[in-house]
Amino acid sequence: MALLEVRDLHVRVEEREILHGLDLTVNTGEVHAIMGPNGSGKSTLSHVIAGKPGYEVTEGQILFKGEDLLAMEPDERAAKGVFLAFQYPVEIPGVATMNFLRTALNAQRKYRGEEELSTPDFLKKVREVAKSLNIPQDMLRRGVNVGFSGGEKKRNEVLQMALFQPSLCILDEMDSGLDIDALRIAADGVNALRSPDRAMVVITHYQRLLNYIVPDFVHVMSRGRVVKSGDKELALELEASGYTQFEDAA
Amino acid sequence: MNLVLAKTDTGRAVGSVFATVRGRLPGAGPVADARAEAFEAYERTGLPHRRIEEWKYTDLRALMRDVLPAAAKPDASALSRAKAALAQEVIEGAARLVLVDGAFAPELSDLAPLGKDASVTTLREILERDAGSDVLSAAAIDPMISLNTAMVTDGVIVTVADGKTLDRPVQIVHVATAASASAFTRSHLKLGKGSRTTLVESFVAAEGANAYQLNDAVILSVGDGAELSHVRLMADAADAVNVSSAIITAGAKAKINLFNMTRGGAVSRYQGFVTLAGEGTDLSVNGINLLKDKQHGDTTLVIDHAVPHCTSRENFRAVVDDRGHSVFQGRIIVRPDAQKTDGKMMTRALLLSDEAEADNKPELEIFADDVTCGHGATSGALDDSLLFYLRARGLSEKEAQALLIQAFLGEAIEQIADDDLREFVAAQAERWLEARR
Repeated sequence: MALLEVRDLHVRVEEREILHGLDLTVNTGEVHAIMGPNGSGKSTLSHVIAGKPGYEVTEGQILFKGEDLLAMEPDERAAKGVFLAFQYPVEIPGVATMNFLRTALNAQRKYRGEEELSTPDFLKKVREVAKSLNIPQDMLRRGVNVGFSGGEKKRNEVLQMALFQPSLCILDEMDSGLDIDALRIAADGVNALRSPDRAMVVITHYQRLLNYIVPDFVHVMSRGRVVKSGDKELALELEASGYTQFEDAA
Repeated sequence: MNLVLAKTDTGRAVGSVFATVRGRLPGAGPVADARAEAFEAYERTGLPHRRIEEWKYTDLRALMRDVLPAAAKPDASALSRAKAALAQEVIEGAARLVLVDGAFAPELSDLAPLGKDASVTTLREILERDAGSDVLSAAAIDPMISLNTAMVTDGVIVTVADGKTLDRPVQIVHVATAASASAFTRSHLKLGKGSRTTLVESFVAAEGANAYQLNDAVILSVGDGAELSHVRLMADAADAVNVSSAIITAGAKAKINLFNMTRGGAVSRYQGFVTLAGEGTDLSVNGINLLKDKQHGDTTLVIDHAVPHCTSRENFRAVVDDRGHSVFQGRIIVRPDAQKTDGKMMTRALLLSDEAEADNKPELEIFADDVTCGHGATSGALDDSLLFYLRARGLSEKEAQALLIQAFLGEAIEQIADDDLREFVAAQAERWLEARR
């Protein structure tokens, strides 16, 4: 069964239609890349899947593990295994990262009817993951993302992904604002999470990221639709020829 | 025409309350004279209303209407209900002074932790000896303080000797057990030179207490080089009125840390008048209002920099839900001599519903030319982008709000130096948040 099925999705933001009948099917174990020029609707898709307010779905549906995703609150989606790695992770002063991680993890576990993780177990788990991502302990004591560099913020997203173990990871422009070294660390973290039980949707403007996270499928979005799908070769082709051809086609 | 009518009405009602009790109030001679004089001062305005600038946002004529008859002396049933109400509020190891419906209750109090470093008497004892008119002489700076002077029945007077540090807090607990009655209390804490004390004042309601009115005044005299931490926790019954005043005078090189949290009561007003009368004193004032339903909570502070080289910091946070109304008025006065004054005031309000309201009135009255003074204010809803981030990580709407509100309040609560006390206050704020979930 497909993990994520997006069918004929039409989405409006303040009276303007951004997605005009988008279709996408993602199976467990697959890594999909969604590419496209600015304004093609890539980020809108990621926001709608995660449940961000302010988007109106006028037609179509999204099924996650066969269930109606659009009927769920954002926190239900998270607890059921949807994870959005934000393009611009927010800074939350006064909420220590450790406290945030524990509150979030326990909220998800509670929703699923699981026991809360004991403090020693939780700390052990976070420390392991943080170490593998080269995240120093003092970062975890600071407010969520407060004073973090761009690279640190993205690593903090990957840290959460590793901690929550979602079944669908959506990475929204993970490469934006990262230098090569920071990108490599974040990508290594993501690759370590690739698994037959999990799918990933990698949203990116540039092919560069796909050298580090190699996709099974590549989709090109233009003007609110998927206009072409292929394998990783398609990304290379785009790098050479640009998006203009699809702008015309759409 | 309306004004005259309103004044006559309230004036008569309170006048009759005073006339009824004055013969029973402790103290004769100079004490009785001080009372009569104070009542006259009160009567010049009657219950403060919105046309009195300092009471612009808290119109007691509309919110209180009348001063209720004085509460009876607590009986055995009242004391046992008061005892039950204490359980939640008592701070472990603190010296405890309990006032029930305006009367000191020795059977509920525990003075042992004070040892020999501090002495305690009750105001009633002093007044009954026709002494203590000095405690009643607090200038007629506000009509509700004048009314307090006229009507006060009891309170505690704590004196900390020079150079002594009280390791455990002194906690004054005001317990209301009466219904539709008023209580007037006044306490005095004298901190000797170089002494250190933490004073906690808690305002709570026992079972059966409702629609009561409390008017409390506390006078804090902070000696040279002394350190005072004052934490107030207002958790009155949902239909109660609490008007409390703090009159604080500090000597030189003192350190004063004030904190107030209002989470109960239908109408609450905390007014603090601080005079920095000695050079090199640091004052930090922090406050929190947690309001819901139709609660009205007012914090009004007047910081008087009378001498040079003092600093004052005010940091006030309000969280207002439903149709709650939060008021913050902060006045900083810098006298002509008070050069090198450093005074800052920041107030922030979080409005959790469309009908929630927060008024903020900063006033700087600066008569010296070499000073640093400033104020800032923000007011608004929780940040949607932060809420969505938290919800996308699995927190429910209420949980996400609670986490952000805790962070918002944290900056004020963190200013409480004593670890146990800070946690105690944080836990009370958390309980308020949990009740919203």
